[in-house]
Amino acid sequence: MNDASAARVQRRSLENAPVRVVSARANLPTRLRNLWERHELLTSLIFSDIRIKYKNSTLGIFWSMLSPALTLGIYYLVFSVITKNGYPNFALYLFSGLVVWNMFVTAVNMATGVIVDRAGLVKKVSFPREILALANVGASVVYFSIQLSVLCLFLLALGHAPAWGFLWILPISFVALYLLTASVAIVMSAVTVYLRDMRHLMEVLLQLWFWLSPVVYSYQNTISQRLHDHGLTWMYFLNPITPIIMTFQRIFYVKTTVLSTNPPHPVIAILPTWSMSSFAMMNITLLAITIVLFLLSLTVFGRLEGNFESEL
Amino acid sequence: MVTVIDVENISKQFKIHHERSQSLKERLLHPRSGSTEVFSALKDINFTVLSGETVGILGHNGSGKSTLLKCICGVLQPTSGQIRLRGNLAALLELGAGFQTELSGRDNVYLYGAMLGLSKRGVDAIFDDIVAFSEIEHFIDTQVKFYSSGMYVRLAFAVAVNVDPDILVVDEVLAVGDERFQAKCVDRIRTFQEEGRSILLVTHQADQVRALCDRAIVLDGGLMIANGPVQESLRIFREHLLEDAVEHDRAGHQAEVAIDSVTTPSGSFDVRSGAGMHFDVHISSHTAYSGNFVMELFTRSGMLVSRSDAQGSPVNLKPGANQVGVDLAQIPLLDGVYDLNVGVVDYHGTVIAWKEQAASIQVTYNGREGGVVELGASIQQL
Repeated sequence: MNDASAARVQRRSLENAPVRVVSARANLPTRLRNLWERHELLTSLIFSDIRIKYKNSTLGIFWSMLSPALTLGIYYLVFSVITKNGYPNFALYLFSGLVVWNMFVTAVNMATGVIVDRAGLVKKVSFPREILALANVGASVVYFSIQLSVLCLFLLALGHAPAWGFLWILPISFVALYLLTASVAIVMSAVTVYLRDMRHLMEVLLQLWFWLSPVVYSYQNTISQRLHDHGLTWMYFLNPITPIIMTFQRIFYVKTTVLSTNPPHPVIAILPTWSMSSFAMMNITLLAITIVLFLLSLTVFGRLEGNFESEL
Repeated sequence: MVTVIDVENISKQFKIHHERSQSLKERLLHPRSGSTEVFSALKDINFTVLSGETVGILGHNGSGKSTLLKCICGVLQPTSGQIRLRGNLAALLELGAGFQTELSGRDNVYLYGAMLGLSKRGVDAIFDDIVAFSEIEHFIDTQVKFYSSGMYVRLAFAVAVNVDPDILVVDEVLAVGDERFQAKCVDRIRTFQEEGRSILLVTHQADQVRALCDRAIVLDGGLMIANGPVQESLRIFREHLLEDAVEHDRAGHQAEVAIDSVTTPSGSFDVRSGAGMHFDVHISSHTAYSGNFVMELFTRSGMLVSRSDAQGSPVNLKPGANQVGVDLAQIPLLDGVYDLNVGVVDYHGTVIAWKEQAASIQVTYNGREGGVVELGASIQQL
């Protein structure tokens, strides 16, 4: 008996343990703190997501490079070989836009159904539910890094130097991309619980979104003049992923005006000729907007998560 | 003593959709279709759990006990009120709920550990204990989808009890695994108690509450109707079960049969160990009723000593006062006070009338044996 009480004294000094409060609604700072406290779980989920995705495939994680490479090949074939858009080094142009788009679309696609798919977990284990969506975003960051490294190898192989002076904008642009992706992923994961059709609708919406972004075509070369004539340029730039894609293209594709590969070789404008400071300003503004979006998405998620239990 | 769980005015309401319209089409075409009804699963619950306490939560299906537990674990948000928790909490609402069947047992231990709030290094430190406790050393690198259901729950339980929680919340999961593993789980809970951890146990097995808990809370229809010593709470729980059964009992027998009292010819319930005993149970009935008579004897620490019935020959109650005589030929029990429960059940086992702690039998024993029962052991060297 003495042993037991000694153990009791030695163990459990709970007086100083932190107090956690479960109440109707957690405010934003609490949500952020809870998220931060569980970053180990986030890491764990990211890598289990990746492992599960490639578990039973022969090529494994190699697919995260192979499938974008095949997509890139298809677009190259269609736009450069068949319809002859005349952009030199078109593969590089495509690649710099696709890394951005892939990161966004992979995460959003996965996250849209994630809470519904993992209902068993959501109903039985306690953790900040946003982590499920954030894990999907995290996994796509991993794929993004792999693709970005391949892009760098690509540059090296082509002997094509990136725009060194612009390179410092890349991290800002990436953080904005991350926050944008996370915001959309978090909101969609919660909305799908209430509207199961979202999953199917999202597939179409993302298609539309893709064509509204200058990935396979050049904004400058195709629609900028017409939009400008109608005073609708601002509308095109409402799409928050467009400035990010343009920044990546500016950094990796570098050239704003090029000589067409189609005879008789006219000069075509591919990218806006904005200065470095305008690119920087654009990205910093976008970063500020996406921070607000991210906080907003957490608030929306907090509102929606209260009834998950009865909806799942 | 520190309060580790403080439940303050917790209420939880659910919206029940009568017409589930979760597709976009339905919502767009009939935005107002289907009525929603608000259902109160918990109504203003208040209680605290101190460090080192084991508290049982009793209630039949739909009483809100799982909802309460989910609120405490943070799986559900209460509609109003708040719960303050001190120290880390490990919840076993469903064993293996966090498992990814595509991953190996090893990966799942790390993932589940992370869900319960452990770092990778934290899991490293207890990994061997987990594997040893779960007894699946050979299969730890096999994908979980190939596990038998027994292996699955053993691994999950092993992770949860090895994460060193200050508060362990268990929801009817002790009913898994084979008997030996169950005994191991109960052992582990006992160890937890000795180490001064708090345990919240939800069950509808009264025996388990008696055996493990210091205190019991009874929920009924979202209200807390008892919060006190195990014996007292169990009595209230049984009585409420009865009252509840009355409402659902078409034949209406429950309302008509009642156990009034238990008496002995001498008026005393003191008995010497080894001696026999006779007592009479007085039952009043409004109608003629034929059912089974049941008696249970418990030690004060809540261990069931014996449960017996009329062995196939029913008791035939006539309208008015009835008397059932019980003869115990010989009571081989050792020193102590034993509580007697008596009841009448129908042929399907449904309780018709019940009296918890109808009498307390005081046994005196002056032999040398210790424990509960006298075996009459004689030891000699051969």
